[in-house]
Amino acid sequence: MAMKVDREKCIGCESCTMVCPVGAITMEDGKALIDAEKCISCGACVGECPVEAIAPEDVAPKADGTANECKDIWVIAELDKREALPVVYELIGAANGLAQKAGEKCCAVIIGKDIAKLPAKLIASGADKVYVVDNEKYADYHTELYTDAVCQLVEAYKPSALMLPATIDGRDLAPRIAARLHTGLCADCTAIDMTDDKLVAWTRPALGGNIYATIVCDETRPQMGTVRPKVFKPLEMDASRTGEVIEFVPQDRVENKVEILSKAPNMGSNAIKLEDAIVIAAGGRGMGSKENFDKLTELAGLFEKGAVAGSRAVIDAGWMSHSQQVGQSGKTVTPNIYFACGISGAVQHISGMKESDIIVAINKDASAPIFSVAHYGIVGDVNVILPKLIEKIKAYKEQ
Amino acid sequence: MNIIVCIKQTPDTEKVKFNPETRTLLREGVENIMNPFDMQALETALILKDKHGAKVTCISMGLPQATDVLKEALAMGADEAALISDRALAGSDTLATSTALAAAIKKIGDYDLILCGKQAVDGDTAQVGPEIAEHLGLPQITGTLKLEYIDDRFVAQRETDNYSETLACAAPLLVTVNNAEKEPRFASIKGKMKARKAKIPTWTIADLGLDPEMVGLSGSPTKVRKSFTPTPPEINSEIIAEEDADVAVDMLMEKLLKAEIFTR
Repeated sequence: MAMKVDREKCIGCESCTMVCPVGAITMEDGKALIDAEKCISCGACVGECPVEAIAPEDVAPKADGTANECKDIWVIAELDKREALPVVYELIGAANGLAQKAGEKCCAVIIGKDIAKLPAKLIASGADKVYVVDNEKYADYHTELYTDAVCQLVEAYKPSALMLPATIDGRDLAPRIAARLHTGLCADCTAIDMTDDKLVAWTRPALGGNIYATIVCDETRPQMGTVRPKVFKPLEMDASRTGEVIEFVPQDRVENKVEILSKAPNMGSNAIKLEDAIVIAAGGRGMGSKENFDKLTELAGLFEKGAVAGSRAVIDAGWMSHSQQVGQSGKTVTPNIYFACGISGAVQHISGMKESDIIVAINKDASAPIFSVAHYGIVGDVNVILPKLIEKIKAYKEQ
Repeated sequence: MNIIVCIKQTPDTEKVKFNPETRTLLREGVENIMNPFDMQALETALILKDKHGAKVTCISMGLPQATDVLKEALAMGADEAALISDRALAGSDTLATSTALAAAIKKIGDYDLILCGKQAVDGDTAQVGPEIAEHLGLPQITGTLKLEYIDDRFVAQRETDNYSETLACAAPLLVTVNNAEKEPRFASIKGKMKARKAKIPTWTIADLGLDPEMVGLSGSPTKVRKSFTPTPPEINSEIIAEEDADVAVDMLMEKLLKAEIFTR
């Protein structure tokens, strides 16, 4: 954490540059500028400044009663092509419930470009307030720009809690915000509640879901957590709900250093996103070879909204795209039918698919853990069973 | 090029078994290993070293026994290693951990690239890497599948939930690694001998200029209120152990049709 100069207040007197023991302060355009890398946060400049223009950067409110000043549960939305991801509506549903319990408001933050139509949908889904950052430079997700925009909003409006989706980008952004605000972050939550003392209680799995821990952040604000997709149900859309839309223009204070050279949709071999699939044909190491996955593609193809997925072993072997990985370090899915083919069922995999409506397992090892979560199963060689099963389902479908 | 790799010693979580009857974890016989994602990060560093020449320094925060993973890293080809170990670090959450690691990186000083595994397999938070980047004011790229150094910039491939991205950034930066370009190498005999002789320094928080208040429990904003083992859902499993594949498939189809799963 470094000291920060409020450029509005700075009168350019240069008194701070004299007292800095590490020479971290220079003058730029007549205003003091602190080099965050050199700054040791000693505070010498803070006392020296005659106009109180220097303060520690982004200090979160402490437990000395100021925590009580922080109100409202925020959802930091993740957008794709100007639309919010389904998980955003799920989180708004959850935040709405928490906010009601605490007597506070449920707010959504959307950052992007040309997103003026989105707030109405978010309000209809349960947001009482929507903060909108709409600017060309936010068209694509950039860690540094988005972190800074969220932190400026937090400084301005002082929320009690921030919820982010536990997606790849959500988990890139959340820790960055948490570290900047010096607050606690709970990763990958599967349940959230509001305690009697008005703290958000974040529950998360550890060791592949064999243990759950409930975590609170009692002193610093905002309280932060990332939440897995498919954990909460969105509220029914209700166009009669009303809410406030607040346009926010962040100050230009960071430089984006990471350049996107290319960005292309990648759903692996699937035509639809894994999380939208109704039927998933998943394969593990037991499939034997990459070629054998053609059978899974055929099985998935028998269903409308069918998709193919794999366990971590399969993705690591390069048999399938990372976007198709199910499990702790991949996606959580809840299709109507999940075919687990040649998957032994490591706890890490099971945690990503156990909420599926119907699980059908095929594995040659009768003691494989996958059978303990499967509704139906066959003990046998998947490469013998699968072609026969496909023929049977085909015949049934043609009837 | 100077590369610093952050490595955690974790239990081999794939071998942790659960006793569903007593609802306890069976940790007996489970060895400690180098976090697999950190090994991918180390391999990524060593690939860059092979191609462009680099000094690779590994750091780990943990108990004294964590020197084992640092020795393993030296045996694989890392040049130097240091252990951060102090009683005051006990109970550190991700913020406190990243504070200590960032202080160690500052102590090393000269770096172009910081590499971390995407996440540790015991905690699975994926937070420490980005938090270190924030403390050091560095740009970050998370969950890479390939990392190259082209025309004075690092170029990374990364997959988000539904996109493939290629990103570029000049040094210094922090990258968290999902996979190296190829399987992590084995240690050579020579490497193992070098590692055996190596003296790995241990840094306390005083060595890092940290106040005890900034780390450990007191430096951790998150607090565990309770932990519990979940009640597994009652599942009525119907598993067919019939040797004749045709008969088995017929039996399964009958069950699936009876459950009307194709008409949902």
